[in-house]
Amino acid sequence: MEIKLSEQQKRNQTAFRDFVNKEIIPHANQHDKEERIPDELIKKLARKRYFGAVLPEQYGGHAMDYITYGLLNEELGRGCASVRAFMMMQNMVALTIHKWGSEEQKERWLGRIASGETIAAFALTEPEVGSDAMHIETSFTDADDSKFIINGHKKWITLGQIADLFLVFGKKRGKLSAVLVEKDTPGLTKIPIGGMLGVRASMLAELYFDNCSVPQENLVGRAGFGFVPVGITALNLGRYSIAWGCVGIGQACLEACINYASNRRQFGDYLKNHQLIQEMIADMTVNLKAGRLLCYQAGQMQEEGHENAIMEIMVAKYFTSKMACTIASNAVQVHGAVGCSSDSAVQRHLRDAKIMEIIEGTSQIHQIKIADYAYREYAE
Amino acid sequence: MNDRKTRIKTFLVRYIRNYELNDDTDIFGGGLVNSLFAMQLITFLEKEFTITIEDRDLKLDNFRTINAMDNLIENKT
Ligand SMILES: Cc1cc2nc3c(=O)[nH]c(=O)nc-3n(C[C@H](O)[C@H](O)[C@H](O)COP(=O)(O)OP(=O)(O)OC[C@H]3O[C@@H](n4cnc5c(N)ncnc54)[C@H](O)[C@@H]3O)c2cc1C
Repeated sequence: MEIKLSEQQKRNQTAFRDFVNKEIIPHANQHDKEERIPDELIKKLARKRYFGAVLPEQYGGHAMDYITYGLLNEELGRGCASVRAFMMMQNMVALTIHKWGSEEQKERWLGRIASGETIAAFALTEPEVGSDAMHIETSFTDADDSKFIINGHKKWITLGQIADLFLVFGKKRGKLSAVLVEKDTPGLTKIPIGGMLGVRASMLAELYFDNCSVPQENLVGRAGFGFVPVGITALNLGRYSIAWGCVGIGQACLEACINYASNRRQFGDYLKNHQLIQEMIADMTVNLKAGRLLCYQAGQMQEEGHENAIMEIMVAKYFTSKMACTIASNAVQVHGAVGCSSDSAVQRHLRDAKIMEIIEGTSQIHQIKIADYAYREYAE
Repeated sequence: MNDRKTRIKTFLVRYIRNYELNDDTDIFGGGLVNSLFAMQLITFLEKEFTITIEDRDLKLDNFRTINAMDNLIENKT
């Protein structure tokens, strides 16, 4: 067994890191305060082909392998969780169309998403239905052979304020289904949501569908296959992105602590020489290494098409989101009052890390599925 | 039982324990599997038999039984 990046993966990692250091980190607190990502940065991300990171080159994608895609997520996550979430959403929707969409859908949308011309969002959650996704209430009612009508209400939709295209989940003849809805569809209203705890530049919105008429050919996959495999294809990639993004949050916090503790003196000595600070730095380091290894393993299994990859991605996401919360909380502790200031990055990381334990499946839902996985894998 | 069916069954019995699984047991109708497992099943079939399951293959009847999956693979190879 060898855990080693290829030369190409290392070159990509360096390029991602340089981009994040130059284009994202200096402005990340500003994104957080203004609750938006500037258009100029969105264009830069698109020019780097990060929105089509996992798409083949024929659609303008980057054709990254899963390890390289993980490294991109780590680096973006180290800089700004909202930027990573933006990129994640584009890839989630693009990959899902690529895997389960019709040829027409692929031709129409993939190149546009990869180039940033079309911004995509994923609309599953509703005010009354979060974790229990099988019971969503949005309805797709057949109008005739060529159209159906959407009625329902979606909430907490990342990029909902600015998206051009929504992958929307609902029930068609009682069967869970997924459909592409364009932003200008009559009857679709978007209400911005602001003031969230973290990932504040995600430009969330509520979506109201009031008798929206949509062509039947906008269905992605068939009626009844909206969650498995269509939705899960997206969520699996989303969880993988979050898992690596949390490693990025942890890495940012560790680097900030090492820097601060090396320069700040109390009781006549640098913080780094106080043993209780060393304990925190040591635990951050160890957990970060463990979390990164889980991500590498899950990524390699996904790359190989291993049937357990989906579960190992859940293991990684559960571990690293919890880890990022603990590391970010301790990073604020190491920084004292400075860490509580709105000018510091660590307080932003702490707020962002908490969100990671909730989105794309809460920690509790992950625990339930991981326990089930353990019974299957290890029962006599 | 042909080799393909044996391979499918070997995979399924790792998940569906304590149940007498036949070639025509309806694994979905019987509530024997959950949604994550259904996704794992698709991933398994794609990798094990080097096939790509596409939009047009998404019919429950293609995945209901070992026999149905065997037919699907046969038609795709
Ligand atoms: C910043 C942000 C961005 C988001 N972006 C999107 C998006 O782009 N698209 C989208 O569709 N959704 C999005 N969401 C919604 C997110 O997916 C949901 O918040 C998540 O699925 C949890 O659902 P919920 O908030 O309704 O919590 P609930 O499901 O109501 O859960 C509340 C609590 O109960 C626990 N719980 C629930 N069921 C069980 C159980 N069986 N056993 C034990 N505990 C349980 C949960 O773990 C949680 O702690 C976003 C949310 C946030 C905060």
